[in-house]
Amino acid sequence: MNNSIAKEKIVSLRKKRSLEDMRFKYYGFTAMCLSLAVLVFLLYTIFSKGYTAFQKTIVLLEVDYNQEVLKLTPDSSDEEMEKGKFFRVKKQAIENFFPDLSKSDIKLVKKLFSINVDNEIKDYFLDNPEVINTKQQIWVTAHSDVDQLLKGNSRRDVPEDRRKLNDIQLSYVDQLVEENRVKQVFNNFFFTKADSRHPEIAGVAGSFMGSLFTLFTVFILSFPIAIGASVYLEEFAPKNRITELIEVNISNLAAVPSIVFGLLGLGVLLNVFGLPRSTPLVGGSVLALMTLPTIIIACRASLKAVPPSIKEGALAVGATKTQAVFHHVVPLALPGTLTGTIIGLAQALGETAPLIMIGMIAFIPNIPTGLTEPSAALPVQIYLWVESAERGFQEKSAAAIMVILIFLFMMNAIAVFLRNRFERKW
Amino acid sequence: MFFWSLVLIAVGIFSSFIYGRSRIKLNSKKQGTKSKSLPNYYAQYVLMWCLFPALIVYFSWAIFQEQIIQNIVISNFEYIEGAVYNEGLLLAEIRNVANNPSFADGKSIEIINAASHYSSLRQISQISFYTSIIIIMLLGALYASQKLKPEFHAQHTIEKYIQYILIFCSSVAIFTTIGIVFSLIFESLRFFAEVSIFEFLFSTEWYPFIPIREGQTAAEGSFGAVPIFAGTFLVMVVAMCVAAPLGLLTAIYLAEYASQRVRKIVKPLLEILAGIPTIVYGFFAFVSVAPFVKAFGQSIGIDASPTSALAAGMVMGVMIIPFISSLSDDVINSVPQSLREASLGIGANKAETIKKVILPAALPGIVGAFLLAISRAIGETMIVVVAAGTAPNLTGNPFENVTTVTVQIVVALIGDQEFDNPRTLSAFALGLVLFVITLFLNIIALQIVKRYRERYE
Repeated sequence: MNNSIAKEKIVSLRKKRSLEDMRFKYYGFTAMCLSLAVLVFLLYTIFSKGYTAFQKTIVLLEVDYNQEVLKLTPDSSDEEMEKGKFFRVKKQAIENFFPDLSKSDIKLVKKLFSINVDNEIKDYFLDNPEVINTKQQIWVTAHSDVDQLLKGNSRRDVPEDRRKLNDIQLSYVDQLVEENRVKQVFNNFFFTKADSRHPEIAGVAGSFMGSLFTLFTVFILSFPIAIGASVYLEEFAPKNRITELIEVNISNLAAVPSIVFGLLGLGVLLNVFGLPRSTPLVGGSVLALMTLPTIIIACRASLKAVPPSIKEGALAVGATKTQAVFHHVVPLALPGTLTGTIIGLAQALGETAPLIMIGMIAFIPNIPTGLTEPSAALPVQIYLWVESAERGFQEKSAAAIMVILIFLFMMNAIAVFLRNRFERKW
Repeated sequence: MFFWSLVLIAVGIFSSFIYGRSRIKLNSKKQGTKSKSLPNYYAQYVLMWCLFPALIVYFSWAIFQEQIIQNIVISNFEYIEGAVYNEGLLLAEIRNVANNPSFADGKSIEIINAASHYSSLRQISQISFYTSIIIIMLLGALYASQKLKPEFHAQHTIEKYIQYILIFCSSVAIFTTIGIVFSLIFESLRFFAEVSIFEFLFSTEWYPFIPIREGQTAAEGSFGAVPIFAGTFLVMVVAMCVAAPLGLLTAIYLAEYASQRVRKIVKPLLEILAGIPTIVYGFFAFVSVAPFVKAFGQSIGIDASPTSALAAGMVMGVMIIPFISSLSDDVINSVPQSLREASLGIGANKAETIKKVILPAALPGIVGAFLLAISRAIGETMIVVVAAGTAPNLTGNPFENVTTVTVQIVVALIGDQEFDNPRTLSAFALGLVLFVITLFLNIIALQIVKRYRERYE
């Protein structure tokens, strides 16, 4: 009798314990799934907010390239054409955009078009100078407010005074849609233009080039220094206090917040050395110092992975230590060090705070062409657009995030490729 | 200018290499003895003597040229009696006129004179830059070529030089640390000369607005950083509340339960999460999480602000999940297998083994991982800049708007950076606090992890 009660107790206890075991396992599983779900949700948010930025809205505009209005003649030289009065042509085109527009209506219609329309009318003319004295139907960029409305990013059911477009303008847009005078096409501006105050003509080309120049600086500075440092620490350094100090220093530097490196750039590179503000040169130098520990750690790991027998073999046939290391160990570790460097560069690409500190946050409306020119960088551009109140910039920031993520993904793919292709297992 | 000088240096080192090689061959032929090292080492010797002096000249010129020219221009500027000048604006104007003559219209005669002075100085500087680079390269090559004798051990010397270069490379990290410490301390001292350190550390009023005009006493700034520290702490606590359980449980699942296949899929995915730039998390917090938190707050009757500590902290927590999970994963994996087997052998099931054997054994390592994560959270900038507020607020309510140390550093340094006012300098004082705290956390964490590793090795 007693025996069976004890048995029952044991069975129920075991049941409880195995239930507990199951529960604990599912806690872990749920935690993992939650983390991954956030990743999915994050990517979904970015994609759903950003994909519309790859399209822009264009409007069909009838332009009369009248030679009197333009103050040009059919045999004007190219220079004269550059100076043609295209804004007057545009004004006329907008006045005749809808039949019988009053003065106040014209003002409203004008706000449906991008500020860039002057340039588009001009470029069309410069490409086809034979159109002088003819009427041309050309597609021009619409204002960001129209663009956002047609993409469904801004709503029409809010009260008029809280809308960018008033009721009359809405009716114009509806009329355009009805008459098929408006359509959505691929947004080339996003990839060819730099930042702008006007969302419809703002692009990532400037900040992308800025990021490339910055990464180039990072690579030039950090790769040789990291290889030198890791070769020294791994192969030559005597075991003493100073070596230990350097090692502790590197591991602590790896965990210093990035913004502190920005303060270093501001306090030392800009204020003491007087390097030019807002330039990829300074940004790259700061990021190089910041990623150096990461790259050194990766380089040391790959140097360590080369078996000592290789070095010993070289030493045995009479090479000096320097020869053994530089002719045999370093070339074998090179793919690993490159992989580490690319991962460090990927980290540098996403870094924002240090660049803000050294002034790469300035509004730069043109595409940089050198290391010492003021420029933006992709992550800072995203920050500027996220902070902007203008509705049209939100999709731009999400799209710029897509660009930076693709860029990062490619860098990591190259790193993985290098590792798989060239790394040797011993 | 500096691009062409790089080309010049490249040509110089190339020809010095060729020269060194042919010279030593010639010399050893003349003397009829074999040289002590291979010809390439002699060539490298000449090359180094050519390259490094030239690089030193190059960099010192690049760094100091502009400043020296500006000082000369300013000191020779013909000030007009009675007029007030702002040196920075004046310089900008002079440079504009010098770079772009069309700006000269309507500028006063002194400025035009100064601009022509400036451009002539630049020209002189450029010419002397090129000549000095050429001269220094020639001198270097000349010095080195005197040593090009067959009995000279070029290889030994080269290897010594290489050692020096390597030592220099590894000391860059030390220079960086020294640079950080000195720039932070130097600027902070300037800050504390104007604001008392006790006010900074213990006062609760943070109004970093300084009088724009002199004697404008109503707008005296006050710099009590307590609300900022409190805000940082609050965001950090929220972040750890999200990241600690999720990260640790994920690590336990991956280390103890998951099959090889799941690990192979999930680990790279978590690495993606770790590799996403923080500004992307900031965007996520701003467009998705913050509105959600606000709506949630309203539904339970709390008036949440659009930028709340909760939204920023939650997203920051997500950001550090992979950090905690990968560190804890390593720690759990390094618990010796024998402990697990012993526990399972006496009849404990897996959950009991983990809870009663593995976690206690791995505790120091996990604490170290948490400390590193905390230091990460404190130093994180972009998420809080975008998703937390900029106004200081001493509160424990996560639905309210708070500000953090990093946000205040960014706010102080965006826009005009005038280094004579305490508002700009406050960034460096805050940076110093941040640096000291994170360094302290890191040293402790690394010590703990190191001791823990030693225990099981």
